[in-house]
Amino acid sequence: MEFIDRIFSTQSLFWFLSFLTILSALMVVTSKSPVYSVLYLILTFFCLSGHYIILNAQFLAFVNIIVYAGAIMVLFLFVIMFLNMKEDEAETSPTLIRTLATGTAIVLGVTLVLAFSTVKVAAFNPMAFDSQVGMVKNLGSVLFREYLLPFELASVLFLIAMVGAVMLGRREAGDRHF
Amino acid sequence: MFSEATAAIPDVIQQVKIQHYIFLATALFVIGIVGVLTRRNAIVIFMSVELMLNSVNLLLITFSAYRSDPAGQVFVFFIMAVAAAEVAVGLAIIVMIYRNTRTIDVGFLNKLKF
Repeated sequence: MEFIDRIFSTQSLFWFLSFLTILSALMVVTSKSPVYSVLYLILTFFCLSGHYIILNAQFLAFVNIIVYAGAIMVLFLFVIMFLNMKEDEAETSPTLIRTLATGTAIVLGVTLVLAFSTVKVAAFNPMAFDSQVGMVKNLGSVLFREYLLPFELASVLFLIAMVGAVMLGRREAGDRHF
Repeated sequence: MFSEATAAIPDVIQQVKIQHYIFLATALFVIGIVGVLTRRNAIVIFMSVELMLNSVNLLLITFSAYRSDPAGQVFVFFIMAVAAAEVAVGLAIIVMIYRNTRTIDVGFLNKLKF
């Protein structure tokens, strides 16, 4: 019984989700076909939503699934199928550049890890802790009281993005259809 | 016995150190950078950028949850909104590039090279 408890503890859930997140993120970068990349990216987003749920940020977990795994990834898949890239163009990035790029990224990662491991992060304060912080009710009141102006500006941003996307995607008089 | 406040703290915050989440977000960010630097397909590069955005989101939510401060989560909400707008415009640009050059290989777009 204790063994089973340990398998299904929050800690092992954390390790399992982290492992799956990193694995699927690696698959996004290494997959040959962009369609597989999108599918692995959706898996990554679901794993991140799992992280958000165990961190008690339910609202953002579901927004993450709806916005990212739902809307954005459908847009990606749509464009990939729209462009119909049959000739699966060879990844002809020179090996030298690939090696250098990976080396640079690894150096950056080591730097970040070393920097973060020396930082003293204050532990949580058990007395002033509010576990309801990530719930819809709490976030909604913060969003609509303190962050009302940015919220309204986001709607203007969406309008601009929509106009921009339509303008860019429009076919000119002499253009071909794909 | 736990006090009322301690009992309400999620398990993960009591059992998992915040450093582990920081390292997870770092790993995701580095994977995103590797994708941006090594791939030549514009759509895959774009997806790697999304991966980096999400690692930052994870970091903000982690700090927000550990400090029980809602501002971080509101910020993530805005990041998601900006990301959605960015994807709409970015994919429209990629479609335009494909329509004009018949390829989305970024190595082909080297006219601005010195």
